Amino acid sequence: MQSFTYERAASAEQAAAAVAARPDAKFISGGTNLLDLMKLDIERPAHLVDISRLPLDRIEETAEGGLRVGAQVRNSDLAADPRVRSRYPMLTQALLAGASGQIRNKASTSGNLLQRTRCPYFYDRNMPCNKREPGSGCAALQGFNRMHAVLGASKACIAVHPSDMAVAMAGLDARIETISPGGETRTIPIGDFHQLPEAMPHVETVLGHGEMIAAVTLPPPPAGRQVYRKVRDRASYAFALVSVAAIVEKSGDRIRSARIAMGGVAAKPWRATEAERTLAGAAASDGAFTDAAEAALAGAVGHGGNDFKIPLAKRTMRHTLAAAVESA
Amino acid sequence: MTETKTSENRPSETHTGVIGRPIDRIDGPLKVTGGATYAYENALEGAAYGYILGAAVAKGRIAEIDTAEAERAPAVLLVMTHRNAPAQPDFGPAVTPTVPEVFTRARPALNSERVRYYDEPVALVVAETFEAARAAAGFIKVRYDEEPGLYDLPGHMADAYAPKRTNAGFETDSMIGDFESAFAAAPVKIDATYRTPFEHHNPMEPHATLAAWSGNELTIHTSAQTLANFRAGIASTLRIPPERVRIVSPFIGGGFGSKLIAHSDTILAALAAQVLQRPVKIALTRQQMFANAGHRAEMIQQVRFGADADGRLTGIAHDVWSAASSFEEYCEQTAVFARSLYVAPNRVTRHRLVPLDINRGEWMRSPGEAPGMLAFECAMDELADRLGLDPIELRIRNEPAQDPERGVPFSTRNLVACMKEGARRFGWERRNPTPGRTREGRKLIGYGMAAAIRPNYIGAATAQVAVDRDARVTARLDMTDIGTGSYTILTQIAADSLGLPISSIKVELGDSRFPRTAGSGGSWGAASAGSALHNACNALKQRILKAAQSSEASPLHGASATEASFANSEVRIGQRSAGLADLIRRIAPDGFEAEGSVAAGATTESYKAYSQHSYGAHFAEVAVDCDTGEIRMRRMLAVMGAGRILNAKTARSQIIGGMTWGIGAALMEQTVLDRRYGHFVNHDLAEYHVPINGDVPEMEVVFLEEHDDKANPLGAKGLGELGVCGAGAAVANAVYNATGVRVREFPITLDKVLPALPVIAI
Repeated sequence: MQSFTYERAASAEQAAAAVAARPDAKFISGGTNLLDLMKLDIERPAHLVDISRLPLDRIEETAEGGLRVGAQVRNSDLAADPRVRSRYPMLTQALLAGASGQIRNKASTSGNLLQRTRCPYFYDRNMPCNKREPGSGCAALQGFNRMHAVLGASKACIAVHPSDMAVAMAGLDARIETISPGGETRTIPIGDFHQLPEAMPHVETVLGHGEMIAAVTLPPPPAGRQVYRKVRDRASYAFALVSVAAIVEKSGDRIRSARIAMGGVAAKPWRATEAERTLAGAAASDGAFTDAAEAALAGAVGHGGNDFKIPLAKRTMRHTLAAAVESA
Repeated sequence: MTETKTSENRPSETHTGVIGRPIDRIDGPLKVTGGATYAYENALEGAAYGYILGAAVAKGRIAEIDTAEAERAPAVLLVMTHRNAPAQPDFGPAVTPTVPEVFTRARPALNSERVRYYDEPVALVVAETFEAARAAAGFIKVRYDEEPGLYDLPGHMADAYAPKRTNAGFETDSMIGDFESAFAAAPVKIDATYRTPFEHHNPMEPHATLAAWSGNELTIHTSAQTLANFRAGIASTLRIPPERVRIVSPFIGGGFGSKLIAHSDTILAALAAQVLQRPVKIALTRQQMFANAGHRAEMIQQVRFGADADGRLTGIAHDVWSAASSFEEYCEQTAVFARSLYVAPNRVTRHRLVPLDINRGEWMRSPGEAPGMLAFECAMDELADRLGLDPIELRIRNEPAQDPERGVPFSTRNLVACMKEGARRFGWERRNPTPGRTREGRKLIGYGMAAAIRPNYIGAATAQVAVDRDARVTARLDMTDIGTGSYTILTQIAADSLGLPISSIKVELGDSRFPRTAGSGGSWGAASAGSALHNACNALKQRILKAAQSSEASPLHGASATEASFANSEVRIGQRSAGLADLIRRIAPDGFEAEGSVAAGATTESYKAYSQHSYGAHFAEVAVDCDTGEIRMRRMLAVMGAGRILNAKTARSQIIGGMTWGIGAALMEQTVLDRRYGHFVNHDLAEYHVPINGDVPEMEVVFLEEHDDKANPLGAKGLGELGVCGAGAAVANAVYNATGVRVREFPITLDKVLPALPVIAI
């Protein structure tokens, strides 16, 4: 771990400006991911701008009937918010499926979106990793890749995004509000926020340097029952092998619409749009769920150790869709 | 429990009944209030902090190491590499001449330009703060001449060789009768090859040391299971007499066998403290522990059973190939238990090692039985399945009347009673013998069982006990309490023997100035140290009685009855009695002292004349999700016959801890060795999964009443590791019963059962 300087930001604009002023500066909030990475010399910022005390910790109603979640709302608080629990139950389920109580108490909403992959080769400075050291290669491709991506990966990187929260937010069409060093704001649909690795796996989001997340807006809750299902190697405190967030709206015996996002399969929360199209208007049946799962994983590619994720994701999706329909 | 044999010849001095009671840990309040000081927490004036830099390659030599920038970094006091480290002996041959020398040999660090395994220390930075040392370590530039290494056990089976002996000095092979012919002729056969992965202990407290020199005397505050081993190993490495090394380790945050010998934190702290002439602290990071603090080696195990149609075994073969280090041998005694467990006229067990370019494996909770029974007791389940026989009935039909290979009687053996009692309590009759048939909703339910066996070891130990004029007792021995409850049971043993309340007893452990014991390891701590203390208390009582009878100042002067007892803080001789404190004040105002010892078990007549093991039966129920293959525990039961139980609470804690290890071994624990780079890939606790609270179900533990008078004066037997033995196999057998899928490659993760699970209609 390298020495660094530290400042506590007084305002969002000042925080963005402080980071923008130095190429080696980073924001820090809960620090549950960044500090670990700094201790291992994987992240080496020379300056930290602490944004954890900025007044961005409120959850507010929006005019359109949704919620605006401040970037500094803690994962525990977001999961426990009665409005989130009743209107976005899938988000609460996803949050509570992630990490541990202690970590959720510290972790912020924006930090959760920006957490970095858990690929063990990324975590070891002696190993090739294009994400950590562009151009050095990908050790996971031919290595231990049980946890790795089956969708949207590239020859440069097969890492996955580890967040549960982001998967539920992807299913809910959340929008990410940012503030730039100049004070300008912009809104980014969550589907456009994370980037697939392609040739540049070290670039993980569309954020510019110094651009800071101010809030995440949840549109009004879509009709239909919401379910988040996480499959993992132990009962708690493990990253998803695969996860499925599903919202299914029924009309009689038919499915009017469905929204599906997957975790543990790609470098970003993976919106299964093909599966959604398959389901729209279909009879709510085992056959439709199976077809949707096949469509969702149609382009999936395994790398040996993670081949099982493809059938696992299909089976999990089929069952999760059925669970969403059961009491829809 | 009343069905089984109750104790015989119970010594009269145990009548107060303190032994066995489930009293709380004596050290519990200190631990939960932060009052227990662990090695790294010790504060010494002027202490400096070390940080170890590990090798980035697994095999090769250091071609160039540039420490200039690190040396210039703020607050740095010393950068030590092989170029400037104090001279140490060479590491020496891969095999030591005798078994104990493995524990006491020199283990030099930063002694060579050679890199023998990934993350082996190549430099130590010492600075005024931990942070400064760690930062400076990042400035060291190392260039390696890397050499191709061997990291693939299955790929290098052709290199397998037979070591001279296994761990703990057992014969490498055993052979009785003609297994091959018996197997060829057997009407029912099982030939199953199982694989068990690398595993790591991961005690909560990392390996950590504070070393301080005073003149030519070295004091080491560390986290050690066996003080005498540390003392001897450090003395050999530093080439100083052991008497000049003091080891202090009163509290230990878990060891599981990974703290039986001194590792690089200890050696480097001692060397750096010597160079700098000030105290130095070093802790391994969690990541460093994976390469530098021992592991259980990856193994391939072939288990073969030949049986007649009634399920009587005609042949047993257990062959083990284990990954090993190329520079120091460690052969886990994986098939040794198979020499005693079931009867069969033709039998063979063999251990082979495949040398790889990795660090040496070490003793990990239940060495031998933990991986061995995982394979062997699953293969027994396969045999029961093949025969259409209940797994308990199969084991009963192969219950030996005496030790099948040694030909001597058992001291006590209650395996059948454990299985029967377990079956009754668990509702074993509800198990559907046809696998994959029991469903609750979208979950498949399965029951499994396995036997448990673990040898009873006794290590040489001495204890010192003193009683003062207020009848307050201090017992001292270099035993350790690694979280098992040593402080508590030793207190109970002394209180029981001397007829005093618990509050009058003070047990002091974890200092090499105290009499030497065998420490904690191999489940022998309680029996060894406990027997020594028991004998010390007996010697103390004899001394007191003699003085009480002979001293004219004694209220018991002249008493000559043969019956004497110590109870309720009184001494009674015949019809006369006196308060112990009053008596001591009158006859020996300075109090009394005595010592007691036990000899190493292997040297005693009783050990030669009897086969001594603890036994048990494990039961497990699992639920397997049909959609995802997720395996979750529903409940577990262990019924144990392990001699006299010294403290029902700490004993239960040991067993449920072991059962939790069983869950881990069966379902999740695995360290992945990268076959290209030779490093342990998942070297942290986020990626190396141990069971967490949510994975551990309701657990029931039952101890059959037992007193093994052949084992030791206490009648107790080794207990700590028994909980692991067979526990994983019971879980694995339950997974088979639930799914009909026999996974022979541990751990049983969901991907291994998923392809065979039925797709159930929605």
